[in-house]
Amino acid sequence: MAEVFTNATQVLQGFKGVKKVSVEEYFTSGHRTCQGCESALVMRLMIKAAGPRTIVLGATGCMYVANTTYYTTPWVVPWMHTQLGSSGSAALGTAAGLKALMKKGRMKAEPINVIAFCGDGGGADMGLGAISATLTHKEYNCLILLYDNESYANTDIQASGSTPYGANTTFSPPGSVKRIMHNRWKKNTAGMLAAGHPECRYVATVDASYAVDMMNKVRKALSIGGPTFIHSFDPCPKGWDFDPMLSHELGELAVETGIFPLYEVEDGVVRHYGKTRAIAEGRPRKPVREYLLKQGRFAHFTEEDLDYFQAKVDEMWEKWEIPGVIPFWKEKRPAVPMP
Amino acid sequence: MTGVETVAGQRRMLLTGNHAVAYGALRAKPQVIPVYPITPQTPVLEKLLEFAQTGELTGEMITVESEHSAMAACIAASLAGARVFTATSSQGIALMHEMLHFAAGARTPVVMVNVNRTLALPWGFWADQTDSLSQRDTGWMQFYCESGQEALDTVLQAYRVGESVLLPAMVVIEAMYISHTLEPVEVPGEEVVARFLPPFEPERRLDPACPLSVGNTTTPAQWRANRLAMHEAMGQALGAVAAAGRLYGELTGRGYGATESYRTEDARVVLVAAGGMAGTAREAVDRLREAGVPAGLLRLRLFRPFPAAEIATALAGAGRVAVVDRNCSIGSGGIFCQEVRAALSALGQGGNPVLSYIAGLGGVNVSPERMMQIARDALGREGTNPEPIQAEGL
Repeated sequence: MAEVFTNATQVLQGFKGVKKVSVEEYFTSGHRTCQGCESALVMRLMIKAAGPRTIVLGATGCMYVANTTYYTTPWVVPWMHTQLGSSGSAALGTAAGLKALMKKGRMKAEPINVIAFCGDGGGADMGLGAISATLTHKEYNCLILLYDNESYANTDIQASGSTPYGANTTFSPPGSVKRIMHNRWKKNTAGMLAAGHPECRYVATVDASYAVDMMNKVRKALSIGGPTFIHSFDPCPKGWDFDPMLSHELGELAVETGIFPLYEVEDGVVRHYGKTRAIAEGRPRKPVREYLLKQGRFAHFTEEDLDYFQAKVDEMWEKWEIPGVIPFWKEKRPAVPMP
Repeated sequence: MTGVETVAGQRRMLLTGNHAVAYGALRAKPQVIPVYPITPQTPVLEKLLEFAQTGELTGEMITVESEHSAMAACIAASLAGARVFTATSSQGIALMHEMLHFAAGARTPVVMVNVNRTLALPWGFWADQTDSLSQRDTGWMQFYCESGQEALDTVLQAYRVGESVLLPAMVVIEAMYISHTLEPVEVPGEEVVARFLPPFEPERRLDPACPLSVGNTTTPAQWRANRLAMHEAMGQALGAVAAAGRLYGELTGRGYGATESYRTEDARVVLVAAGGMAGTAREAVDRLREAGVPAGLLRLRLFRPFPAAEIATALAGAGRVAVVDRNCSIGSGGIFCQEVRAALSALGQGGNPVLSYIAGLGGVNVSPERMMQIARDALGREGTNPEPIQAEGL
């Protein structure tokens, strides 16, 4: 079989504990994200993990608009804006450009990380096709990082394909005609991308409440070679309507309730990690109400709504082929009636 | 490479318009080529993949999942420092639309071939200029080519001009009439092209050794300054197109300008046309002259930047002007005619009677006889026409 020419990647070993994490910052002051913004933390940790030899591409979204406002920039590394649905294709274009220039000796041949980030609107909705295409191009090294704050947050909180069931957004306001306007279950983006792209070597879900784990997944995604994908779960005080001091705690609760499972798929092998692994091994999950009722976006939920949400999460853990990852059932699936 | 060597490494080959532009792209040595198929453009990119298989083309060819992604990849690769090429048509350029604005705003000198084809609905596969003319305001230079030869030559000139003023450029040929028509084409040798087109070495690119942020949000004043800078660059492009066309002529024997005047001296009627139809108009002019009708042709090659002053000068002595559009801005009329009228009016030549004819919409054939009919009709009319005249109804 013909050898596929691939640029070398940087070898980024995992940080062994928080004290070993680099103190250098490459996402610095000069942005105007909200107090308690977990996505801003994700940006900071992502580039801290990647290091200075990195090009970052940002699709339209709050992490574009709030960060690089009015010709200011918090990015110490090269950064460019790409369009809402173009994180995948822009990452591919950059990686191809670097490869061509290095192959022809027009640039020093040394590993440069390419990371394209997108929100859930850009990644799980509009840009899904482009990300999918990029994950099949195994000769190009790039990481797509989806920061999921579960709404079109940049345009003031509209429902996306990644918004959880029942949440109040400006496109799904609860009212007297319909208590639950957003009745779609959240899209399983990471699982779908992992299952559908057998030559993509690395897909992971991360949560910045577990910062060292999160950074180490980024480092692994950049080191392993080829296109990779990371789905980050980002509590959003403005969009989810909670006190900014709870961002970290909600990130933990999403994992502890089993709503957002942490896992990585490396060369086709699925591994739950962190508290998700403990759940998979039998530790009880916290009730989803502990997570939901801390957020104004679920304030209209009745007991039936909470039960429905719990039942769907229970299904994910008890019935899925691989809990939290692959949604196929071993038996015919009975419908859980919506309240 | 087959064909017959003519001058200094130049080879004469029998090529379709699509394959001619592919040879133009080959000679420009693009480093990244995102590819996505659409009829009738696909043979352009297929030919480039053949070149990749013979080892003649060493750039990265990336198969993407949409035209939108093709242009997004072009922009990112260009900002990384690579010379890029792609081609599209019809629905493809429509899907790219937002990224066309993006490419121009990012000041990336992407070169793209667009094959003029009808837009849906109804579905069709034939020549119509509306797909590229709809991109008029995107900040792309636009060249309308009369032949495969000119399209090949224009691809190379588009790179030279685009990379000097940092604007993207579109090279346009019509579906079937040029894209799929075989004609003898001179393919310039690599050495000549190397003298004409220096390597792409942008001052700014995404480089970890010298970080910069591209595409930040702006204040109204910053946005305005950015747009005005693009507009100014378009102004510079006018001169750069003329200079590139001259230099290319010196090197290959085939020079080009923003427009071309053919037998317009003492003409009492001047046909104005762009693209392949201009060739038909040229034939009509010759036949009219033989019949004693003093007719001429002004061919519009460059549409953006619009060479208004050159057009006004060329038409200054013309008795009647008949602009022939293979497009229709629904609710208004022929787009080239609007532009010509506006240019003449702005330059104080509003008295020039400009008549608007729509011909060949949707790929309907426009024969030399039809063009002659248009010229005669224009000569016989008083004043101008508020509504465009349908040439097929004459």
